[in-house]
Amino acid sequence: MSDRLNPESEAALVAALRETAEPLQIMGGGTRPIGNIAPAKILSTSRLQGITLYEPGAMTLVAKSGTTIEEIETILTAEKQRLAFEPMDHRAILRTSGHPTLGGVIAANVSGPRRIQVGAARDFALGVTFVDGTGQVLSNGGRVMKNVTGYDLVKLMSGSWGTLGVLTEVALKVLPIAETQATLNVHVATWADAVACMSAALGTPFDVSGAATVQAEDGGFDSLIRVEGFETSVQYRVTELTKRLAKFGAVDVVHDPWAEVKDLGAWAALDTVWRISLRPTDSLKLIALMQELNQERGFHCQLDWGGGLIWLGLEAVQIADAQAGLALHHALQTFVAQLGGHATLLTSDLLRDQELCHFQPLGPAIERVSQTLREKFDPRGILNPGRMS
Amino acid sequence: MEMPQPNSEILSKKAKIAAALRAVLPYDAVIDDPSETRAYECDALTAYRCPPMIAVLPSTTQEVSDILKICHREGVPVVPRGSGTSLAGGALPTADCVILGVAKMNNVLETDYENRLIRVQSGRTNLSVSGAVEEEDFFYAPDPSSQLACAIAGNIAMNSGGAHCLKYGVTTNNLMGVTLVMMDGEIVEIGGGYLDAPGLDILGVICGSEGQLGVVTEATLRILPKPEGARPVMIAFDSNEVAGACVADIIKAGVLPVAIEFMDRPIIEICESFAKAGYPDCEALLIVEVEGSEAEIQDQLGRISVIAQKHNPVELRQSQSAAESAAIWLGRKSAFGAVGQVADYMCLDGTIPVSALPEVLRRIKELSDHYGLRVGNVFHAGDGNMHPLIMFNANKEGDLELCEAMGADVLRLCVEVGGCLTGEHGVGIEKRDLMEDQYTAEDLEIQMAVKDVFDPGWLLNPSKVFPLSVSQSRRAS
Repeated sequence: MSDRLNPESEAALVAALRETAEPLQIMGGGTRPIGNIAPAKILSTSRLQGITLYEPGAMTLVAKSGTTIEEIETILTAEKQRLAFEPMDHRAILRTSGHPTLGGVIAANVSGPRRIQVGAARDFALGVTFVDGTGQVLSNGGRVMKNVTGYDLVKLMSGSWGTLGVLTEVALKVLPIAETQATLNVHVATWADAVACMSAALGTPFDVSGAATVQAEDGGFDSLIRVEGFETSVQYRVTELTKRLAKFGAVDVVHDPWAEVKDLGAWAALDTVWRISLRPTDSLKLIALMQELNQERGFHCQLDWGGGLIWLGLEAVQIADAQAGLALHHALQTFVAQLGGHATLLTSDLLRDQELCHFQPLGPAIERVSQTLREKFDPRGILNPGRMS
Repeated sequence: MEMPQPNSEILSKKAKIAAALRAVLPYDAVIDDPSETRAYECDALTAYRCPPMIAVLPSTTQEVSDILKICHREGVPVVPRGSGTSLAGGALPTADCVILGVAKMNNVLETDYENRLIRVQSGRTNLSVSGAVEEEDFFYAPDPSSQLACAIAGNIAMNSGGAHCLKYGVTTNNLMGVTLVMMDGEIVEIGGGYLDAPGLDILGVICGSEGQLGVVTEATLRILPKPEGARPVMIAFDSNEVAGACVADIIKAGVLPVAIEFMDRPIIEICESFAKAGYPDCEALLIVEVEGSEAEIQDQLGRISVIAQKHNPVELRQSQSAAESAAIWLGRKSAFGAVGQVADYMCLDGTIPVSALPEVLRRIKELSDHYGLRVGNVFHAGDGNMHPLIMFNANKEGDLELCEAMGADVLRLCVEVGGCLTGEHGVGIEKRDLMEDQYTAEDLEIQMAVKDVFDPGWLLNPSKVFPLSVSQSRRAS
């Protein structure tokens, strides 16, 4: 196919990049079409396949960027290990098919509910190899747990959405799968109680590994608190947390809800979804703003990371028209900028053809630094140009 | 260790520069008397010393900005300094530089327990960050050995770790935001009370950049609730290989201790004679610490003991009390001091894949025999962060050079087996000239290109991290 480059090796990728003069859209599994995607020839990493090293005793796995997350999780599960940052699967919410890849997860810094306890994808990336915009193969970091040798470009590459280079290989830290998990559902009356409840749980010494709140059918809210570990330890912590959280509402132990919380499966039919990161208690201010701006039509909301991650969703009938949707988007990004944080428009059919910043606009100094960095890594401006705007 | 020739043009402007600095700082915050600048002539890598031209001690971010504007205008190199505890020479001055010390900037700006964060000025010491949140039973997790003295500014510059980072991560995993002053004086906020970056992860690059991209004046740090309790088990083995295999088995079994510390025979003997911790006569000693409630601790220590027993330990001592825990940790915690009593030493911190542990220890022993220098190994085994202590006699002609040559060989060995030159101390001047053993010319070029973006004139800590020959053209421009 002439509209798609699909190199079978790193060397072929280098050749393809050197020969190309036109902008490219870098793609792993193609499950996360987030950001400002200009029409361009696709450069796929899907043939850069394979796990090159896995040492369970060193908690280290190295794989080619096009390796699917599914394949990695299969081999890890066999050794009772996992990707502890629990990468979200965007296929339901973005209505995409294909298979998420390691390269995509790192390029987009995709994490899940456990991020609040163990860190993000970027915290588990130990090393990267990538090809920059001039076709040079570059490496940074390594495959060991602690490494401060030179600048940490592993972090810079994580979450750079392919705008600095095309990842070809990633080394990851992996962790043991917990023997068991238990989740408490604290049924609370208000968003404020939900945030207070999650804060209280995360403020205990009981190693909470998930703290999310979803809207319940009765108009209240379910604050979900997860603990993981060995059976007796989990039982102990469930008992202790139940005592401490009872003041916020009725507490039950519920069936594992985290796949649903992580992937927002129930939101697949929504038209527009924003992902917002704030200081957890600031989420209440944002919800208040939404209530003011869209009170009559309503909105969907889910909190994760103790309130620090806010998912906002609108059904098609909850927005009057594109103009109103655009105004709402700007209002959210402006408000978030004042609080300190970031709001990203993940998907919207209604706003598909509108000119807008999908990612939170940056302050002038950081914007300048970011652009200059991109010029260094990709002087011809061919790697996902404009994607992060 | 070679350092660049001081720029005589800058030296000739010393009085003018000092006057300009005094115009924006309190009088006593500018130190230019040679008898007083000597206090800043080195950090904890004391083998190398050079008094700076001037030292400045600002109290606010604005003062840091004013200082950098002056130095930028005058083309003066600036070496940022936290508490001066770097083992890599990260804060070593040049004769033509301004040392910018943040020691006066030690205020807590905000504590927010609901959101589990603290904002401090960067001169605050690591331990006093935990101290500030202790009454609410919180703590700041990264715990470098120098935590009583070292500053958050230096922790961020070197991306410092510590014994407990197997569970809690290193500085970069616990850093949420910084106020950064760029070399031209511009003040920039990066990150804050929220998670992850809105655009490129600039914070991730700042952390570990050894003061070469900007001066961090304030930091937002993640704080955590203190565990209910913690207790170690000490396990002695008759070979390094078996101890290494035991570490791998503990990790594979899904027990994730907060710390796994490893000591070899030379260190055990030196520590025992120094601290009288009651360590057994053995080849290798593991200290494994777990956290939780009393029942959880018992459960985890029980699991670890079962795994260890399969490796036929010489001795296994499970702490039953605070006093016994202290005794087990006593030798380990006094290791550096104990070695310092018997010899001068150089502390390396290369990291290796845990699986390479037996091979690396064996080859370090061979190097030790070859160079005729004694080596002890004490390190964070869970994450492969080695700390070979090479002992030498500083008063003996040529011994330091011999020790440095051996150190370089040990670090090359770490790289050869798939590891790296430095796990938590940083490159500084100490490992600068070995960077080409780990990275290709292109890999170093892209890192230097990152510095070009932040500091195009290469004025911030310019003669560190990169081999001088490699950074030559940039520093001269």
